[in-house]
Amino acid sequence: MVALTINGEAHQVGAEPDTPLLYVLRDDLKMNGAKYGCGLGQCGACTVMVDGEAVFSCVTPVLLLEGREITTVEGLGTVEKPGPMQQAFIEEQAAQCGYCIAGMMMRAQSLLQKNPNASDAEIRAHMEPNLCRCGTHMRIMRAIHRAAELMRSGAGTGAARVTGERGS
Amino acid sequence: MNAILNPGVTRRSVLAGTGALVLSFSMRGALAQEAQVKPGDESSNFQPQVEAAPELPGSLAKTPKLDAWIRVAADGKVTVFTGKAELGQGIKTALMQVAAEELEVPFETLTLVTPDTGLTPNEGYTAGSHSMQDSGTAIRNAAAQVREILIGQAALRLGVPAEQLHAEKGAVAGPDGKRIGYGALVADDLLNVDAQPTSKLKSPDSFTEMGTPRQRVDIPGKVTGGQAYVQDMRLDGMLHGRVVRPPSPGAKLVKFDDAAAKAMPGVVQVVRNGSFIGVLAEKEWQAIKAMRVLSLGAGWEEHASLPDIAKLPEVLKGMTTKDGIVKDAQKPVQGVRSVEASYTRPYQVHGSIGPSCAVAQVKDGVTTVWTHTQGVFPDQGAIAEMLGQPVEKVRCIHVEGSGCYGHNGADDSAADAALLAQVAAGRPVRVQWMREQEHAWEPFSPGMVTKVHAQLDASGNIVDWNYELWSNNHSTRPGSAGALLPAQYLEKPFQPDEQELKISPEGNGDRNSVPLYAFPSQHVVWHWIKDMPLRASALRGLGAYMNVFTIETFMDQLALEAGADPVEYRLRHLQDERARAVVSLAAEKFGWQANQKAPRDHGYGFAFARYKNLAAYCAVAMEVEVERDTGRVRLIRGAAAVDTGEIANPDGVRNQVEGGIIQAASWALYEGVTFNDTRVTSVDWSTYPILRFDALPGQLDVHLIPRPGTKFLGAGECGQGPGGAAVGNAVFNAIGARLYDLPLSRERIKAAIGA
Repeated sequence: MVALTINGEAHQVGAEPDTPLLYVLRDDLKMNGAKYGCGLGQCGACTVMVDGEAVFSCVTPVLLLEGREITTVEGLGTVEKPGPMQQAFIEEQAAQCGYCIAGMMMRAQSLLQKNPNASDAEIRAHMEPNLCRCGTHMRIMRAIHRAAELMRSGAGTGAARVTGERGS
Repeated sequence: MNAILNPGVTRRSVLAGTGALVLSFSMRGALAQEAQVKPGDESSNFQPQVEAAPELPGSLAKTPKLDAWIRVAADGKVTVFTGKAELGQGIKTALMQVAAEELEVPFETLTLVTPDTGLTPNEGYTAGSHSMQDSGTAIRNAAAQVREILIGQAALRLGVPAEQLHAEKGAVAGPDGKRIGYGALVADDLLNVDAQPTSKLKSPDSFTEMGTPRQRVDIPGKVTGGQAYVQDMRLDGMLHGRVVRPPSPGAKLVKFDDAAAKAMPGVVQVVRNGSFIGVLAEKEWQAIKAMRVLSLGAGWEEHASLPDIAKLPEVLKGMTTKDGIVKDAQKPVQGVRSVEASYTRPYQVHGSIGPSCAVAQVKDGVTTVWTHTQGVFPDQGAIAEMLGQPVEKVRCIHVEGSGCYGHNGADDSAADAALLAQVAAGRPVRVQWMREQEHAWEPFSPGMVTKVHAQLDASGNIVDWNYELWSNNHSTRPGSAGALLPAQYLEKPFQPDEQELKISPEGNGDRNSVPLYAFPSQHVVWHWIKDMPLRASALRGLGAYMNVFTIETFMDQLALEAGADPVEYRLRHLQDERARAVVSLAAEKFGWQANQKAPRDHGYGFAFARYKNLAAYCAVAMEVEVERDTGRVRLIRGAAAVDTGEIANPDGVRNQVEGGIIQAASWALYEGVTFNDTRVTSVDWSTYPILRFDALPGQLDVHLIPRPGTKFLGAGECGQGPGGAAVGNAVFNAIGARLYDLPLSRERIKAAIGA
């Protein structure tokens, strides 16, 4: 058994310790957000946050994650109460097929929760590892800027408090 | 009178007490033509189609019954059916807008059922930017006719003339506040009637839904971790399957040992059928580990069957088997100057971010397959043939996947899942391909060579245009079982469908090979290549991307030759007013000025095409910056203008065109499948790089030219050709040297600069 903390909740998972986090999230915990894209850490569709840092869940075995705080896109809010990042992606209609988008949001979240004043150049550089094939990049950039605005103004109705800041 | 559902007629029918049902049948009988065979296009996999009612608009011609498209329940809830699939292009939202508009029902109350061989009309493949023109047109007309039938029913009930009634918010309302909900108006088979050729469509100036940007219905779920994709399906008792693909095309399994895999935790079943190997396990990671172990225990006989990649253009040109004359309008003309150039393009992948996936289950003798295929009906037939079962024993249901951009591994993974489900004792089976499988085994967009020779007169005008292209067919979709990858590797293998050369109005490899420009003399030939050195099929735009790249970069070269500005030069040769409008608008919004010089190491490029020469018009202007030391290209800013006819969701069109341009830029700058004499070697994102955030423009504006009251033209693929060509022209403008081989890689740019 492996003990994991995901979106603030403790889970005991009966997975083999070498199992990448991605498969535990999707298969054991039936969560949809993190996606299988390459299994090689090359595309970012599986991106989640661990202690506030963006990581590729497809190449991170769960045995390394005990005692760490894992956040997935499900932890950013819900359809009814979207967090600022989710609200921004909806407002900017920043998806075509959307398969890469949860990973995009998690990578962007890891930057903005540290630095909501990140510049356009900083956002681009930070987003470099994640791939989108539909060519939605322009909208993704706009959505990240919009999310930063929402975070700075304290707007957004959902679970804006996320890993690394959970503290209390 | 040309409208069968003209209020007068409806009223008379109502007063006569005959009801819309009888009237519709009688009138249709009088007007209907014989079933007709329509030449094939991309949505019919280039197969001729028999249309039951050719006089009806859009896909109603094939599926004329109104209730095949729209049903109204007793509680008033409206369900709309489409045979076109959501591929990430936003078609669900656009079709719902169309239905809401003509039916006068609130958008939010509609339910849309998407392709399912058990439920929806057969609209062939969701391909070729056909969804709005086929399904959008059918739904729009069906909705308008249903609305008028319901008004007719209300007139009967209320005893008032139909003219005094109108539809609003899911009800028919009349004078004195009288109001009857749709649910109370439908009875029995009221809507089980054939559509009429003409509908009382709403006037665009009364639109409240169409033409207004609407947020897509699928995005909130996708950004919050909802179950959105076939990859997210988890049926009770579901097993995870993986397939061990051969190391190279045509390889034969000669050694097989599954003892180690069978002993692994969670492994339920190993399947071997000829050179097809599959494994089923309780958990996904267990299936992947078992797949790897099986792979180690497998021995293959491989063949060095792939062409020499260094000589690909020569190889392709040497393989020609037949010539198709695409345009034969050569006239004796006398130019004063001749210019000629030849271009090449490598094989490309679709490169979905999510590898292909399907879920299948055998229950009561029926194999149900949940798949992100673009064509549930063709897949149903092909999978049934592969399984040796009657077609009614297979049901295919579309569930969204990662964007496919054409014929990727969707159909093949559906076949994988269907095969593995046969041995799963009724348990559902989910199969997802691995990244290297998607990269190596999806059908590629074929390599191409083009050559153009033009003559200019003394004023620099083009008087003669001679164009040749060398290409395979760009579509090998199912088709028969032989179109399915796993079926080709079974003990009793199925053979791929025989390829034929067909010159069709919408084009295939020859798509957009005829310039829209008014040249006095034109000749266009497709040197058609029958054999496929690598398995090839449809990628967004088929031949249009390469043909437009050639035509539009050559136009640029000719403009320079003629001492003319590239935009003015295009306008000079363009007579189609809608074409001129998009060219002018894109130039204006970009701030294009004749003879304007870009800053150092920057370049401006312009390109235009009307997709398929009969769909959407698109012009793109682009600025790029080239880093001289590295040859690296960054997009700086872009402006596009699009005329896609009537628009349902303007933001949906913008999203598609923005994406198309960015994707085409990626194709043009980076992409090419690599292989040695035996194996495909571009098997991941490091060996097949695509565009990343650092290359993005700071700005990319898409300007729409609305054409209310005109036909839907479709928007999905119009940006590909002009997008790639505008980048090509901008790179030339930046470095002063023209590249004729795609991609415009850093190495080629550096070599051209002499850096």
